[in-house]
Amino acid sequence: MSTAAFIVIATLTLAGALAAASLSKLIHAALCLVVAFVGIAAFFFLLGAEFVGLVQVFVYVGAVAVLIVFTILLTRRADENTGGFNWGGVVLAIAVFSALMWAILGTPTLSIAAPQIEALTVKRIGEVLMTDYVWPLQCVGLLLTAALIGGLILVMEDKR
Amino acid sequence: MTGELVDQIFVVAKHWLLSLLGGSPDWVIQIASSLLNIAAVLGAFLTLFALISVLERKILARIQNRYGPNRVGPFGLLQPVADGIKMLIKEDIVPLRADKVVHFLAPIMMVASTILALGVIPYGRNMTPFAIDGGILFFFAVGSATELAVFMAGWGSNNKFSMLGAMRAIAQMVSYELPLILTVLPVVMVVGSLSPDAIVAAQSGYRFGAVPHWFVVTPWGATAFLLFFVSGLVESNRTPFDMPEGESEIVAGHMTEYSGFKYATFFMAEYFGMFAVSGLAVTLFLGGWHAPMRWLEFVPSYVWFFAKLSVLLFVFIWIRGTLPRMRIDHVMGFAWKFMLPMAFACILAAAVWHYQAHGLAGWLWSLGVVVIVYFGLSRLADTKKKFAPRTYRFAE
Repeated sequence: MSTAAFIVIATLTLAGALAAASLSKLIHAALCLVVAFVGIAAFFFLLGAEFVGLVQVFVYVGAVAVLIVFTILLTRRADENTGGFNWGGVVLAIAVFSALMWAILGTPTLSIAAPQIEALTVKRIGEVLMTDYVWPLQCVGLLLTAALIGGLILVMEDKR
Repeated sequence: MTGELVDQIFVVAKHWLLSLLGGSPDWVIQIASSLLNIAAVLGAFLTLFALISVLERKILARIQNRYGPNRVGPFGLLQPVADGIKMLIKEDIVPLRADKVVHFLAPIMMVASTILALGVIPYGRNMTPFAIDGGILFFFAVGSATELAVFMAGWGSNNKFSMLGAMRAIAQMVSYELPLILTVLPVVMVVGSLSPDAIVAAQSGYRFGAVPHWFVVTPWGATAFLLFFVSGLVESNRTPFDMPEGESEIVAGHMTEYSGFKYATFFMAEYFGMFAVSGLAVTLFLGGWHAPMRWLEFVPSYVWFFAKLSVLLFVFIWIRGTLPRMRIDHVMGFAWKFMLPMAFACILAAAVWHYQAHGLAGWLWSLGVVVIVYFGLSRLADTKKKFAPRTYRFAE
C-alpha cells in the first residue's frame, strides 16, 4: 500500500517539478510548481508528519504560489516566453543535487536503525516551540513583522 | 436502544456494507470505507445544493414581495432538475485566446478544494468522514487553494474583467483569511486541540441544566462567532461582499468567460464553500451536533447539525436579500482596521475567561475586554462624518 502510494506520489511530484523547470510559459511553470508542492505535502502525510504536511500546503500553496503568480502577473507580459533552454541552470541544478547527495550519503545516521520516537502531535510541537525554541520563534516573528512593515512602506503612496 | 440505533443508523449501515467485503485484504476495506464516506458527503451536499438553490430563490422572492420559481413540480421544488438539465446541454464556450488548460482546470480545482474542506466536519456522533488530528488546519490548508483556482480562472480566460475580478477576489480572500483563522484560535486555545471532534466534545453538557456549554454563549465566543461569520461571508464571495463578481462593474468577475456546466461548477463551489464555512461555524461555536437542551437529546445528532446549518444558510440568504454591495476599499479597510484587532481582543478575552476557571468572574472580565476594545476601535475608526470620494491610484 505505502510503496504503491510512494511511487504514485513520487512520479507526480517529479513530473510537476520537471514541468515547472522546462515549460516555456511562466504561469504554467508556476502552476506546475504547485503540483510539486502538494506532492511534497503528500510525502509528509505518508511519513506520518501530519502537521508539517498541512503547513506545507498552507504556506506553499496558499501563500508562496499566490505570491509567485502575482509576481509574474505584475512584472511580465502575458505572451512573453522565457527564450531558449537555460544550460547554466542545468549546471547549477546538477551542482546543488550532487552536493546534497554527497551530504546525504556522507551522513552516518542513515546506516543505523532510527530510534523509536513518540508520535509527533501538534500539541507536542507547540509545547517545544513555546519552551525550548521560544527565542528562535520570537526572532522569526520579529523578522516577519519587519518584512511586513517594510513591504507596506515600499508600496505606501506619498500623500503630500 | 431504538433511539441510539436511529442516531447511529448511518454508521451501522456503513459497517454492514463493509462487512459484505469480509475476508478481503485490509487495503480493499480501507479504500471501500473511504469511498463510502466520500459518496455520503457528496450525496448529502449535492442534495442540499439542489435544495438550497431553489430555496434561496424562494426566500429572496419572499423578501422582494414576489413569488419566485413555482412552475416546475410542486411549489417549484423540481426547479433544480430543470436547471441542471439546462446547464448540461448548454453550449460550452471557450474564448479563442484563452489558456485552454488553465481555463478548464480552474473550476475543477475550485470545487475540489471546497469538497475536501467539507470532509473534516463532524456531522453527527461518530460521523466525521475524515477524522484527523489537525482537522481545523486541514480545513484552512485546502481552503487556501481556492485563491489559486480563482487566479487560474481569471488568468486563463484572457479577459480584463476576469483578471480584475480575480485580483479583487484574491485581495479580499487573503485579507479576510487572517480574521477567519484568528477567530478560530480562541476556541483552539480553550479546547487545547485542533481536532473538530475534540472541539465538539468540549461543548457537551449544560450549565444549570439548561444553558448548553456552547462557546457562543460566552462573550468572546459570541464576538468570535460574529467575526467568523462575516469573514465567512467574504471568503465565499457572498453579498454584501461580492465585489469580485459585481455585475454592474466587471460583468461577472473571474467567471465572465465561463458558460454552461463550467459556470455551474463555479456556482456549486460557491455554495459548497458556504456550506463548509457554516459547518465549521456550527462545529466551533454552536456546539456541533449537540442538542440545545437536555430533554431534546432524543433527536438524532445529525438532525441537530443540519438544523443549525440551515439556520446559518438562511442568514446567508437573508443578508443577500437585504444588504447592498460594499465598496472594495471599505471592505479592505474593515478587515485591517476593525476585524483584525477585534480578533486579537477575542484571543485575550478567551485567555481571561480560561484563567478564571470558566466562571462568572471570567465571563464578566472577558465581556469587559471585548466591549472596551470595541468602543476603542469605534472611536479610532470614526471618520467624524467626513466622507470623501474615492481616490484612484491606477485608473485616472
